[in-house]
Amino acid sequence: MSNFTISPSPHIHSGDSIEKNMYGVLIALIPAFIFSIVFFGIGAILVTLTSVVACLIFEFIIQKYLMKQRPTVWDGSAIITGVLLAFNLPSSLPLWIVIIGALVAIGIGKMSFGGLGNNIFNPALVGRVFLLISFPVQMTSWPVPNGFSTVDAVTGATPLAIVKEAVKNGQSVTDALASTGLSSSNMIIGNMGGSLGEVAAIGLLLGFAYMLIRKIITWHIPVTIFATVIVFAGILHLVNPVHFADPLFHLFTGGMMLGAIFMATDYVTSPMTHKGMIIYGVGIGVLTVIIRVFGAYPEGMSFAILIMNGFTPLINRYCKPARFA
Amino acid sequence: MMTTTIIYTIIFLCAIGIASAVILYFVAQKFKVEEDPRIDIVESILPGANCGGCGKPGCRGFAEATVKATSLDGLFCPVGGAETMAKVASALGMEVSAQTPQIAVVRCNGTCDHRQRTSTYDGYRSCAIEHSLYRGETDCTYGCLGCGDCVNVCAFDAIHMDANGLPVVSDEKCVACGACVKTCPRNIIELRNKGPKDRRVFVCCVNKDKGNIARKACTVACIGCGKCVKECPFEAITLENNLAYIDFRKCKLCRKCVSVCPTHAIHEVNFPPRKITEPATTEAKNDESIQ
Amino acid sequence: MLKTFKIGGVHPPENKLSAQGEIITLPLPEQVIIPLSQHIGAPAAPTVKKGDTVKVGQLIGQAAGFISANIHSSVSGTVTSVDPVIDASGYPRPAITIKVEGDEWDEKILKEPLSQHPNTFTKEEIIAAINAAGIVGMGGATFPTHVKLSPPPGSTAEVLIINGVECEPYLTADHRLMLEHGKELIAGIELLMKALGVKRTIVGIENNKKDAIEELEKHAKLADGIEICPLKIQYPQGGEKQLIQATTGKFVPSGALPIAVGAVVQNVGTVYAVYEAVMKRKPLFERVVTVTGKSLKEPGNYLCRIGTPLAQLIEAAGGLPEDTGKVIGGGPMMGKALTTTNVSITKGTSGVLLMRQEESSRKENRNCIRCTKCVSVCPMGLEPYHLMLLGEHNKLEALEAEKVMDCIECGSCSYTCPANRPLLDVIRLGKARTGQMIRTRKN
Repeated sequence: MSNFTISPSPHIHSGDSIEKNMYGVLIALIPAFIFSIVFFGIGAILVTLTSVVACLIFEFIIQKYLMKQRPTVWDGSAIITGVLLAFNLPSSLPLWIVIIGALVAIGIGKMSFGGLGNNIFNPALVGRVFLLISFPVQMTSWPVPNGFSTVDAVTGATPLAIVKEAVKNGQSVTDALASTGLSSSNMIIGNMGGSLGEVAAIGLLLGFAYMLIRKIITWHIPVTIFATVIVFAGILHLVNPVHFADPLFHLFTGGMMLGAIFMATDYVTSPMTHKGMIIYGVGIGVLTVIIRVFGAYPEGMSFAILIMNGFTPLINRYCKPARFA
Repeated sequence: MMTTTIIYTIIFLCAIGIASAVILYFVAQKFKVEEDPRIDIVESILPGANCGGCGKPGCRGFAEATVKATSLDGLFCPVGGAETMAKVASALGMEVSAQTPQIAVVRCNGTCDHRQRTSTYDGYRSCAIEHSLYRGETDCTYGCLGCGDCVNVCAFDAIHMDANGLPVVSDEKCVACGACVKTCPRNIIELRNKGPKDRRVFVCCVNKDKGNIARKACTVACIGCGKCVKECPFEAITLENNLAYIDFRKCKLCRKCVSVCPTHAIHEVNFPPRKITEPATTEAKNDESIQ
Repeated sequence: MLKTFKIGGVHPPENKLSAQGEIITLPLPEQVIIPLSQHIGAPAAPTVKKGDTVKVGQLIGQAAGFISANIHSSVSGTVTSVDPVIDASGYPRPAITIKVEGDEWDEKILKEPLSQHPNTFTKEEIIAAINAAGIVGMGGATFPTHVKLSPPPGSTAEVLIINGVECEPYLTADHRLMLEHGKELIAGIELLMKALGVKRTIVGIENNKKDAIEELEKHAKLADGIEICPLKIQYPQGGEKQLIQATTGKFVPSGALPIAVGAVVQNVGTVYAVYEAVMKRKPLFERVVTVTGKSLKEPGNYLCRIGTPLAQLIEAAGGLPEDTGKVIGGGPMMGKALTTTNVSITKGTSGVLLMRQEESSRKENRNCIRCTKCVSVCPMGLEPYHLMLLGEHNKLEALEAEKVMDCIECGSCSYTCPANRPLLDVIRLGKARTGQMIRTRKN
């Protein structure tokens, strides 16, 4: 007697998998990584490698020995967390701090909620914000890009910090920016101080295009964030150009690109419907500009994303997809 | 400067606290719900498992029902048992009718050895889904599907799948709440009297097919031969739709039926081992007569 | 820009292996088992008993009630049993078993179609003929056709939509029927238009059947009010609501029937059966079935008598391949997996798909990563991930509020899920339970 397999329909599958999506995101991160190596040299490689390996090891240990599950470290999600965490850190950060960040990201940010799919907040950002608050000095010492040059890296402020400082001292933002000698082309390429992965806008946008083509993410979240930032920062700039930087400056500095393209679009922590994604994107955009312009920190992207992560369940509850009717 | 700040803070906090307390008091008075205080008393006696085994929505629902009722007939907490019911009765000043303790009994013995697998189920692990899809992995359309819906629904950790893929009820942990009975899509599990010293005799099969079909699907199926019915001195066994059923209210646990069953479909549990074993020859003969 | 439905949808590999296989008439089997319930509604009541001799086309099961359908013998021979027989799901169901002797057709059935123009029949004549012939929706839903042609009071049909979409991968039965019987189909459409009293018909065909589109366009020019509408390839376009939306742009409201927007949808297989029932007085006792699969020697399309065992059909197509792991009655998206090939072809069997061992088991399911893909492919605009969660916890009121009853069980969610979650398995159970809850509440 033949022993056939019986299952409810459908009997075929698209072949899509968690791995395909996760490794797709990793491929999309490659251009930005190349730029960061060019700008920050060996430090970028060391920090990223440490972060990824630490995330993998922590995930393995927690799954195997604490949660007694079959470890699924190679599904790619821990690698993404590792890379994104590293991209949010200065390339000169001591490696032991990177490892603490990875422990917080995986242990508290992800596994304490039950692992992949159950976490409320983006794990990499949980790690990053933890480090930012615990090690403020190390976390804000930004090496100036000098590639593989053997000269000791000079630390400098990020453009956002310069502007913040200028505003505090009553200077004009345009003057402050002019004094740094930062051209707009440098900003787009990413030749400025900052976290190792956030500076290269071009590389990040290439990754965005790749993920759109592969249909890993939809345009909704990044585009609404960009649009909101341009509109909101634009209004502020029009009201008082001396006090507020122009919207394109906000778009190309700090963690804006990295956050909007790779962190806000994290599957697990972003809303499920297109309508919800737009609300989420607008929220992140508005919060980022508010924190950057009026808050104590020069950079607001991570906080904005984490705050909106917290709103995601609520957004999911009230934003239903367009029903067939 | 410093001390005034501290004093102001303390005064301010106290003021807020008092104001809130006053508001809360009036709100609580305004929206107070009048309830029979005995409901709370009864609820505190109940086990608080909220299993629904009594048929009421949770322990509070049961407490409300007992307070409303004029007698406790038909109201029984299977988890707390007679002891709890006696306490409830004394709290309400009512009589409690005696209830024999019960236990969930799984009436299928279709292990891999006894039932040949004729297909492989590859869907969501749920008996309800498998049952609605098709007859299951074996040819028996009545037997256990082995996905463990009963295990998932048990709030007392009393039912587990054994190595053969069949659910096994723990004598100690089962409180006869009936959750598994309700969830089983094939109605295999039944609440039966626990019996003296936990001894029970029951037909471990629910197959209503004709003998030859049932036997082909499973070697330990009840084939409806009726031998047990004839053997039973207490008229406790009935035969309906090719299936024997032992009424646990009438059964006196004499175990005569167990030895005559040609397919060993009647099970005895928690009896001491028998002194004289049945001669194997009669069994073999019976087996032949069926085929 | 080709038309398609607006919300969701997927595009599985088409795999139309048998698209070039002309319809072959399957030789008569030795024995047929004709189930008495091949339709939605009450099973038919047997009108023959053991030992009776029957002819091809003779009534053997009388419709029991309005929503039911007549059953006719598909062969001539002797009734050997009227006892229940194990059906495709493994449960015994009422059926009539007939031993085949010769091939003697009922005298009423015409060898050549009537020369009358379809317009000369009256509405009542057509519906009566359809009712007598026991025609049901042959796309797979098997809803009795005469019921669909009698709109409830207060509603009128404005447009007839013919479903030639065949969006299920692998299946080609409808495609071949359109290609080889275009003229008859147009006549059948004219009959249905007359029966419904509508002036306009839209035939929806997916664009992967260009030859069928051309063929039908050629014949449609000769008739009035029939337009052929090529559609973009998108699953589940063959769903009633999706097809109406794609062809007319109208959305059937939640919980309503297509007639609410003045539409009636019929499958091309049904149209052909209507043509034969009226023009040849031939009851529904045979249908075109696709037999296909990647390992099958000769995938093809066969005209089979109802009740023929699947095993014989598979034999005709080159035999059951060694590596068969799953046998599916219907297409891969909505078909039913079978425990044995020893089951009968029924009025609703559009195809048999043999899947290889390595294709037949699902991959391990993982945690939901909330990637939103199920939400974006759901053609009804539901949230499958959420419905599954509610289903697992048996939250029936919440399921109802989340419109689980709108689910058309197309399987797009399970198909697309990167974590291989069995979304539809759980949703289907939740839907059944919610439906039960709604029904008990009404009573």
